[in-house]
Amino acid sequence: MNKYKIYPLGESAVTIDFGNIISFEINDFVINLSNRIEKENFKGFIECVPAYSSLTVFYDVFEVRKNDDNFSSGFQFVENFIKKIIESLPKSKKSKSKTIEIPVSFDKDSALDLEFVAESNNLKRKEVIEIFLSKTYRVFMLGFLPGFAYMGELDGRIASPRKQTPRTKVPKGSVGIAGQQTGIYPLESPGGWQIIGKTETELFTPDKEKPTLFQTGDLVRFTEIK
Amino acid sequence: MSIFINRAGILDTFQDLGRNGFRKFGINSNGAMDKTAVRLINILLGNGENEAVLEMHFPAPEIKFEADTAFAIGGADFGAELNNKPIENWQIQTAAKDSVLKFTENSLGNRCYLSIKNGFTLKKWLESSSTNLTAEIGGYEGRKLQKGDKIPFNSKLQTLNSKLQLKIARSIIPFYSKFPTVRIIKGAEYQDLTALSEQQFLSNDFSISANSNRMGFRLEGKPLHLLNDKELVSTAVNFGTLQLLPDGQTIILMADHQTTGGYPRIAHIIEPDLPLAAQLGVGDGIGFHIISLEEAENLKVEFEKDLSFLKMGVRFNSR
Repeated sequence: MNKYKIYPLGESAVTIDFGNIISFEINDFVINLSNRIEKENFKGFIECVPAYSSLTVFYDVFEVRKNDDNFSSGFQFVENFIKKIIESLPKSKKSKSKTIEIPVSFDKDSALDLEFVAESNNLKRKEVIEIFLSKTYRVFMLGFLPGFAYMGELDGRIASPRKQTPRTKVPKGSVGIAGQQTGIYPLESPGGWQIIGKTETELFTPDKEKPTLFQTGDLVRFTEIK
Repeated sequence: MSIFINRAGILDTFQDLGRNGFRKFGINSNGAMDKTAVRLINILLGNGENEAVLEMHFPAPEIKFEADTAFAIGGADFGAELNNKPIENWQIQTAAKDSVLKFTENSLGNRCYLSIKNGFTLKKWLESSSTNLTAEIGGYEGRKLQKGDKIPFNSKLQTLNSKLQLKIARSIIPFYSKFPTVRIIKGAEYQDLTALSEQQFLSNDFSISANSNRMGFRLEGKPLHLLNDKELVSTAVNFGTLQLLPDGQTIILMADHQTTGGYPRIAHIIEPDLPLAAQLGVGDGIGFHIISLEEAENLKVEFEKDLSFLKMGVRFNSR
């Protein structure tokens, strides 16, 4: 892997940062690294959180220090553990992923900002929908809300800035865009993304063993409900 | 056996030490704001440290015990009274059936905890009893308590035992204040602060704004600036992370923070000092003192050792 930085995120977490960029290759590496660390594990390990181009590892520093005397700090031990795994990982390997289809309705009641997105990009509503549906998107990371996936890359022709004033209530299932990202609100929540449609698919299923539909690395295709 | 809510407080939720292992799904950890207080009163009662407790804000609830039990209160001092008699925090108390617990004044701190011997009976979600107010799940029905709620507990107290008068030593209780200086380690973007901003950041001149809640405390102070304004792609963030917002103000991420964020990370409050921040209220002051990561780790290890001694002490005394 190319250059990276490792820095503490408090005394009980480290972030491995592969640069401030969005790329499929780097995101694949982040996911593979995350899976390996989860599998190999160490005493005091809590969890991994993959993001666009970084991975954060949470741990119990007291446990780490209790179990290893060869390092001057818990941070050093974890850093060393991670570096060894990074060196042993293949440089370019696609991460495993599944493709998920999401039916979306673009009717006027659901697509609160479709008009704005069309106008500001000099397109017709229909064209925005066509361009939006033409691509398969990748889940780069989850965050913000339980099951909220940051997906990209959106075609530049329909990219839109966030709303100046966020809505206090975005309805559950709303499909939004912000810059060249797209995402779906799993719950009703405040939010500033431009809403172009709505899905009935449940993204957050708290009673199931797997509480969210998406995981990092998944591929997503949107289809139109007519 | 249960407690009955005669009158609800403004924000009473059940919390434990947090829900770990699901951040990668966007599911944040939640948990108590002042984890030290929770651990201390649980240890005192002989509970597991992670036993769920009731986190209360002021105005706090009025609670009726519907069975004999032992309990303890810790964290903020809300002037607790049991059957109209003042009782102390950080000490095992016993309540006979039909006793009423109420809180009379907000004297120090802003989050007060009630733990019951052997714990409350709550349905866990993803291995934790912490309430997730956004997803409306966990704790008691995923929400704050209301008048008339009845929450069962597990206490098997046969007779009220006055030998239970254990009390936590002053030295291990966090030194709460309305203007604490908390220790921090530098964040990834600390080095990008201008020299003037760095000076201002360390001038101890911040107060907690009204726009603060369990997700984060917004601070008010002289605006800070980076040498170059950075657009960052989102990364994971942590409880105690200080982010710099676009308007130059800072926010301390608290227990209900989102799992990820894209603002520059100026610093991280060290875990043993988080309770000092967590007990602050609107208008209170806060200052920051930088220490090294090694010092931060050592302080955490010492703190954990102190807690282990306390645990041994409680076990010895309860025999």
